[in-house]
Amino acid sequence: MVAAKEYKVIGTRPIRHDGTDKVTGRAQYGADIHLTGMLFGRVKRSPHAHAIIKKIDASKALALPGVKAVITNADFPRPPEGVGVTDEGPPQPWRFQVQNFLAENKALYRGHAVAAVAATDVHIAEDALALIDVEYEVLPPVLDVREAMSDNAPILHDDLFTKDSAPLADAPAKASNIAAHTQIKRGDVEKGFAEADIVLEREFTTTMYHQGYIEPHNGTAYWGRDGHLTVWNSSQAPFVFRNTLSSVLQIPAQKVTVIPLEIGGGFGGKLYMYLEPLAALLSKQTGKPVKMTMTREEVFESTGPTSGTYVRVKVGAKNDGTLTAMEAYMAYEAGAFPGSPVGGGMNGIVAPYNTPNVLVDGYDVVLNKPKTAAYRAPGTPAGEFPGDAVINEIADMIGMDQIEIRLKNAVKEGDERPWGGNWGPIGVVECLEAMKNSPHYKSELQGENRGRSVALGYWGNAGLETSSSASVNADGSVNLVLGSVDIGGSRPALAMQLAETLGITAEEVWPRIVDTDSVGFNFFTAGSRTAFAGGWAAYELGMEIRKQMVARAARIWECKEDEVTYSDDGVIHGPKDSEGKDRQLTFKELSGQLNRTGGIIDVSVNINKSSVGPSFAGHIADVEVDRDTGKVQVTRYTATQDVGTAIHPSYVEGQIQGGVAQGIGMALTEEYHYGADGRMQNSTYLDYRMPTALDLPMIETILVEVPNPGHPYGVRGVGEVCIVPPLGAVQGAIAEAIGVRFTDLPIQPQDIIDALYDE
Amino acid sequence: MQDVKYARASSVQEAISLLSQGGDTARVLAGGTDIIVQARERRRPVSLFVDIKPIPETQQLTYDADAGLTIGAATPCYVIYNDDTVKRLYPALIEASTVIGGVAIQGRASLGGNLCNSGPAADSVPAMMVLQGTANIAGPNGTRSVPIEEFNTGPGQNVLQPGEFVVSLHFPSPAPNSGAAWERFIPRNEMDIAVTNAATYVRFEGNNVSAARIAIGAVAPTALMVPNAVSAIVGRPLTDETIKAAGEAAKATARPIDDMRGTIKQRKHLSAVLVERTLRKAAERARGG
Amino acid sequence: MSERIVITTTINGERQEFLADTRDSLLEALRDRVGLTGAKEGCNNGNCGACAVIMDGRLVNSCCVLAAEVEGAELLTIEGVASEGELHPIQQSFLEEAALQCGICTPGFIMSTKALLETNPDPTEHEIRFWLSGNLCRCTGYDKIVRAVQSAAETMRG
Repeated sequence: MVAAKEYKVIGTRPIRHDGTDKVTGRAQYGADIHLTGMLFGRVKRSPHAHAIIKKIDASKALALPGVKAVITNADFPRPPEGVGVTDEGPPQPWRFQVQNFLAENKALYRGHAVAAVAATDVHIAEDALALIDVEYEVLPPVLDVREAMSDNAPILHDDLFTKDSAPLADAPAKASNIAAHTQIKRGDVEKGFAEADIVLEREFTTTMYHQGYIEPHNGTAYWGRDGHLTVWNSSQAPFVFRNTLSSVLQIPAQKVTVIPLEIGGGFGGKLYMYLEPLAALLSKQTGKPVKMTMTREEVFESTGPTSGTYVRVKVGAKNDGTLTAMEAYMAYEAGAFPGSPVGGGMNGIVAPYNTPNVLVDGYDVVLNKPKTAAYRAPGTPAGEFPGDAVINEIADMIGMDQIEIRLKNAVKEGDERPWGGNWGPIGVVECLEAMKNSPHYKSELQGENRGRSVALGYWGNAGLETSSSASVNADGSVNLVLGSVDIGGSRPALAMQLAETLGITAEEVWPRIVDTDSVGFNFFTAGSRTAFAGGWAAYELGMEIRKQMVARAARIWECKEDEVTYSDDGVIHGPKDSEGKDRQLTFKELSGQLNRTGGIIDVSVNINKSSVGPSFAGHIADVEVDRDTGKVQVTRYTATQDVGTAIHPSYVEGQIQGGVAQGIGMALTEEYHYGADGRMQNSTYLDYRMPTALDLPMIETILVEVPNPGHPYGVRGVGEVCIVPPLGAVQGAIAEAIGVRFTDLPIQPQDIIDALYDE
Repeated sequence: MQDVKYARASSVQEAISLLSQGGDTARVLAGGTDIIVQARERRRPVSLFVDIKPIPETQQLTYDADAGLTIGAATPCYVIYNDDTVKRLYPALIEASTVIGGVAIQGRASLGGNLCNSGPAADSVPAMMVLQGTANIAGPNGTRSVPIEEFNTGPGQNVLQPGEFVVSLHFPSPAPNSGAAWERFIPRNEMDIAVTNAATYVRFEGNNVSAARIAIGAVAPTALMVPNAVSAIVGRPLTDETIKAAGEAAKATARPIDDMRGTIKQRKHLSAVLVERTLRKAAERARGG
Repeated sequence: MSERIVITTTINGERQEFLADTRDSLLEALRDRVGLTGAKEGCNNGNCGACAVIMDGRLVNSCCVLAAEVEGAELLTIEGVASEGELHPIQQSFLEEAALQCGICTPGFIMSTKALLETNPDPTEHEIRFWLSGNLCRCTGYDKIVRAVQSAAETMRG
């Protein structure tokens, strides 16, 4: 393992390999594909949030000139029994996955796909939608998570029973909207509250938030006459998609090829298929390639946002700031099918602190909203925000600095984790110290109606399987074949790790992302795993190449392999020659001799490492509140984060800044605004208000590096934890500015007006 | 996009003819930033786009001290806010036109379109109202002019009759010792529909306010003039008390709804805040500030 | 009822003739009829700027322009920003400052930036942010984009 010292490539900022294509409009994203004879598909969606589908009549649509096929759920084979992987959460029943592709007996949310049509152009496909007659029996919808949990709530699934993992749970008697209940327990919270000087209980809510990637979902499929299905799309999980298509369409996996094109943002939301299975079936029926894209309205209403939540948290603390107990009740909206990220929230709320007594109950609840999807540290922003809010309130009550109270309770290496095991080397204290010493925190906050607050976030990161291969070219360049798509700069990060291992430059490595036929299985690009797992793979590829280069040099110098050394600067040294002179070859020189010494060097590797390093992040936010209008402006922001080793610092900074922007959006301007009929009223970029360039300040990043010993270059995932602290930091800063502690996010101007004015 | 045809009109007569023949699903196309989107999203039935941009009268921007300011209905916002005369003499129009939708929208969008879309929250409408703007309309029965404050009759509805369209907008020359200002409130810093907007025009004679026009938008089916705010300030010096009274009158006049962009309480509150702010700024401009 | 029409226009300095439908937006025509997929669809209603192009010297959202309207117009798309063999300073700055992550918004931002710096060669941070507020980015938080614009402006001022 290469010891952590001065790296040659790691830590520099080379231009990314795919950059020129992306700034010239040449890069091909999923919706840019054009195939001969291509048809265009569109989806008919339920206008009702909850309804029985009585009849679908597509005859008028099929009669429209230009329309070539219409499909419904009946065109799918019967779903397999059992469950299939979708994201980092538990695998989900196949029947639910297929029902989300196209509704079976019930429409379970407004926007639920009911039928799909393929036509010769997109305008005709849209015309055809109005001609598909669907007869519904409208049912009352349930749109609030606590209502959905109550005894007389409308039930979405007759075949869904609560899976309860708490000890002594009874077997459920009747169908429920509560899909699962899980618990984290440590110590005895009642004892902990008894020992506390202060006990604070608060309730918090967040709404659904969408990942908001600028590129809508897309999928193009061609079902060839030989029965081979090819799919082009923008996806975070081409191999999972291949496997899912194989399972739900009942064709062997080797007859499915998924070709991932460039992806315009994912944040977890593109781990799931929506259009690909529909395009595949339409292609099968028409014999032509079928391209499908979503409109922005469909993206909001019919793909997964993250859960809206209700969290009740009770914290006990001593007067010196020591936390004695934390109890949380967390109800998460799963949307129409089970599988919310409540587990992320549960881990997140307890992770950063050594609270000895902890009891967290988490509920995964279905209701008549779109099925939720992973969104950057899934479940964790909504889960940790209540913890930050209450801890900040306690700090203010006892007159303790908000960073100091966190330092007092912060977890360190060796401490026990609430869900078992111990923490490895982690950077919590380092982040808190960096915050304390930052120019931001040391600066004086001046002016009226201004406030400053902090928050601390955790995210576990993932390992999982990655396959990769590399080959050395005669000119000393190296091709790196990747099966993990690049959604934020992982291409350069992986190329750099291979380059570092070989002692060559990042520019001499050419990374390519290939299709599912061309490399072994890769798990998804998510969970902040790509630089970690892909980096491990790059390292092992590099070490294997080094070994083989040594063997070739030995052949050239006609010596033993153990007389040859490969030094980290990419120079291969051999024993002295007959005249006593040093013998050496650079990587490039030796590459030129590969062909005559046994052929090219081509290596591949398959890794699955669990030695991930978790991430912690501490943020500081300053806000200014306009008391007349209720407008909140974030005036200054600093994000510290333990990044392990920053492979390409620019992209690490960029990930952090992007996560901060999303978190600020969650805190202040973004929401899913529902009417009583279950319609999302703000399903456009006009009214789903993501921060614009004018809404944000420069976002300062402080990269703290506590290398992860479970990775050759100390890599920790960096992409996710950064979205967690902004919620608590901004809410806390508003509390400092105007003395109002809001518990329901987003905190919008009308909420500030409500709090400050009587009528 | 719904099933539409496209036709170009190069003269007022040709436009009238195309609109009349096309019936009520023939729509004027100026900047298109509202109507093209509405047609695509099938929120308005459109069978024919009648492009009026080639008509010279819709693209003019002329001013003289006697005739006042005439802006062609299809003149894009960027032309308006880059015009030195408008900047100097009608800053309230500049304030509104620089924030409609973002720079790319302003490359196409027009004040005529903003008016004729008849949205309750249309940004430029309160400014045009207090500046005594009129809409010059041409149609099968000839031409007529309608004061801006009478033009819109409800959300998406206005006084245009079949075959009619707005050719240009006219604003009288600013009187001496007068000033006007416009402001809106939005949840972000750009790119939002106004939660509330307001505009004020004041004129002084000596120390007293001799005339005023105050309008609020996004707080009723159409933008509203606020005569009670005017009577609170006219005929006396402008003081903190009279300004506050004008604000209270605006709050009482507003009849907003709760929706995904704001609440009743908030919009009433903002009506007062924005009227007070625009009043102060208009007064500053009137006094030469 | 809609019609196929022939549009004659100049795109990136070259005369182009293409067949479009009167239902097509300029964005659809560029992407599906002319084969220039650099302009992207993000929202199709003028709120994200991913489709931005320059038409007769003005920055416009091509989703809010009909294909029929560009008859006789001069269009500049992202594909025409680099000159023979050399990236434009704005493109180079975006790469050097790492002002893109997924890159889907990048063509729109580059078009907007070009229009900005032609209007105002020395913009303040606030002016940059105001001008770019019509371009949404979900990946970067805008920080590095603003820095790239500042850097490009400095280079272009020479």
